[in-house]
Amino acid sequence: MTASLSAPGSSVMGRSAWLEPWLATLPAPSGPLEAVQVRGRRALREQPVPSSRQEDWRFTDLSLLQQLQQAPGAGDAAAAASAAALPPPAPGAFRLVLDGRSDPLDGVTLPEGLQALNPLEIGQGLGHTLAATGCEQHWPVELNHAAAGTLLALRVTARHSVRLELVSAAGAGLLPLRLLLVLEEKAALEVNQLLLAPGPGSISLVLEAHLARSARLHHGLVALGHPEAALLGHLALEQEPESSANLTAVSAGWGLARLEPRVLQVDGQAVTTLRGLQVVDGRQIADTHSHVRFNGPEGQLDQLHKVVAAGQGRSVFNGAVRVPREAQRTNAAQLSRSLLLSDRARIDTKPELEIVADDVKCAHGATVSSLQTDELFYLQSRGIGADQAAQLLQRAFCEEVLRELPAVARAWCPLEALQRQDGLA
Amino acid sequence: MIRSDAPVLLEIRDLQARVEDKAILKGVNLTVRAGEIHAVMGRNGSGKSTLSKVLAGHPAYTVTGGSVTYRGDNLLELDPEQRARIGVFLGFQYPVEIPGVSNLEFLRVATNARRGEKGEEELDTFAFEDLVRERLKVVQMDPAFLERSVNEGFSGGEKKRNEILQMALLEPVVAILDETDSGLDIDALRIVAGGVNQLAGPDNATLLITHYQRLLDAITPDYVHVMAAGRILRTGGKELALELEQRGYDWVDEELAALEAAGDRTPVEVG
Ligand SMILES: Nc1ncnc2c1ncn2[C@@H]1O[C@H](COP(=O)(O)OP(=O)(O)O)[C@@H](O)[C@H]1O
Ligand SMILES: [Mg+2]
Repeated sequence: MTASLSAPGSSVMGRSAWLEPWLATLPAPSGPLEAVQVRGRRALREQPVPSSRQEDWRFTDLSLLQQLQQAPGAGDAAAAASAAALPPPAPGAFRLVLDGRSDPLDGVTLPEGLQALNPLEIGQGLGHTLAATGCEQHWPVELNHAAAGTLLALRVTARHSVRLELVSAAGAGLLPLRLLLVLEEKAALEVNQLLLAPGPGSISLVLEAHLARSARLHHGLVALGHPEAALLGHLALEQEPESSANLTAVSAGWGLARLEPRVLQVDGQAVTTLRGLQVVDGRQIADTHSHVRFNGPEGQLDQLHKVVAAGQGRSVFNGAVRVPREAQRTNAAQLSRSLLLSDRARIDTKPELEIVADDVKCAHGATVSSLQTDELFYLQSRGIGADQAAQLLQRAFCEEVLRELPAVARAWCPLEALQRQDGLA
Repeated sequence: MIRSDAPVLLEIRDLQARVEDKAILKGVNLTVRAGEIHAVMGRNGSGKSTLSKVLAGHPAYTVTGGSVTYRGDNLLELDPEQRARIGVFLGFQYPVEIPGVSNLEFLRVATNARRGEKGEEELDTFAFEDLVRERLKVVQMDPAFLERSVNEGFSGGEKKRNEILQMALLEPVVAILDETDSGLDIDALRIVAGGVNQLAGPDNATLLITHYQRLLDAITPDYVHVMAAGRILRTGGKELALELEQRGYDWVDEELAALEAAGDRTPVEVG
């Protein structure tokens, strides 16, 4: 069953041979993330690169990361061009370009309600949510620790409402993005984050957000990649009671895209909405490992994960939900729906519900279907060609997730890009 | 309106078809000329919907014999979309719900596909909205239905009106309406029948598949055909429909049994 994973040269040794040379290309630890860099580099030297022998990485091959050895620079022009080609920021939205090198707040006047965290606050907050959600030692997080030299650390002050656009485009090598967001009581933040990889290259994203009581976060991630590009993302949230968070992530075109939303409702009584759409074609791999934990009663989770798999694409969904004894009256629903467009594509989906509390509602379901003959025929019987009919149906399938993206992010997400065979190439 | 010199639009000759291993159509013959309205009646399961789907090109049905000529060309070798573009329209007995596809966009793409075939220019969204608003009147449909997904959550009657709206936009040459009257209340029936009457003209033809006389009170057919066990058993004028209404279908069964006993055109078993 896993024959495709033991291709020549993908032994554990061969797999991680790139790591040392790559670490050697990194500048000496310095700056606001110096301690984090030291920690990450040490961890990468000690931890093996994940391989199919680990349950969490069973289907997800990291060999694309070998190209990290490549000196950065080659693809930067294309990356810059794709970021520059974006429509202007939406009215009332504040746009920052994150290039992984310069301080994104340099020379920037922040809008009302948004403040940069000071070094002391960064020292206290950085890593807190990663630890709380149990992923600080995950390999992709350590990779980010090792490489990230800049950080975007922001606070949305109490009762303010802010719209933020974050744009990043990868060139060759690794683009590390590290974000820390603190939402005070009743603060509201809408983040539209766009990640582009127009050519070979990789993006490592680590986002931590802390939502105080009654805060609201809507994070829409649109990640459009390339068959030779990799995306590794951890989105970690801590939610205080009465807060609400919506994480909607759409990815398409990446050789490898692995997203790990991690949510902790610290005292329950919060609302979490997770939406995912991953599109794979060719030999692409899309992997979502989500993890939601309720450390108190009356929490809510509404999760929908969708996949469109064509060609020999492969998708993995693992949705962990933890409902310990103290999380009585939790209401959690998780649904995974996959559209299989080719009989050579593969879909592995696994809910992982661990429910100890007895008075809870937890629903989960998984469906895999192909395009419906009767729907196709109905469209064709009105003169719509078979290919266009298939595209309409595919788009309709995606629509359920796309409509949860904030409006701007939708505009970034031309559906054609989702349907293009070769990403942004 | 019967005119013997009107051009033949659709010529069905000894059409046989099966689904999976089951023979369903067992030799259907039917000639439709421009300007005519034909009604096809018959019990449930007699093969009416199968006939309509074979004509539209549904992939589940395999033609095993006979021919269908549309305006002189072999219809059966065309893809479903091609048949639609050249003017064959099927109004579905059970219109399909397509969540996530906007009805308005669906109608526009379909209309433009047909216009392209006719050599007319494509309509942009604005021009199309004007057209669709005008055609909505044919079926007295609320424009709000344009904003919804195709047929999603529509009532039975709303779905049927949406079918007639599509017909009004596509302006077919041969319209096959499969039980467009079923599930309609009196008002909806009147609206749908009014729409069909408005669209019927000297250059096109309509094939009405129905169970009931009541549709034929509103739309007067030139011919009535009675289908049984996969073929057309009898053809007459509109009085045949009245006869069916009064006598039921039992005599059809008797006639069929007699026919089969006589060995005349015994159904062909395939498989
Ligand atoms: N897709 C199908 N699969 C299996 N049997 C079918 C299918 N379509 C039609 N049939 C069978 O063919 C016969 C004729 O059906 P149909 O054409 O729907 O009749 P009508 O429209 O006159 O009620 C019935 O016995 C029906 O069960
Ligand atoms: Mg029928």
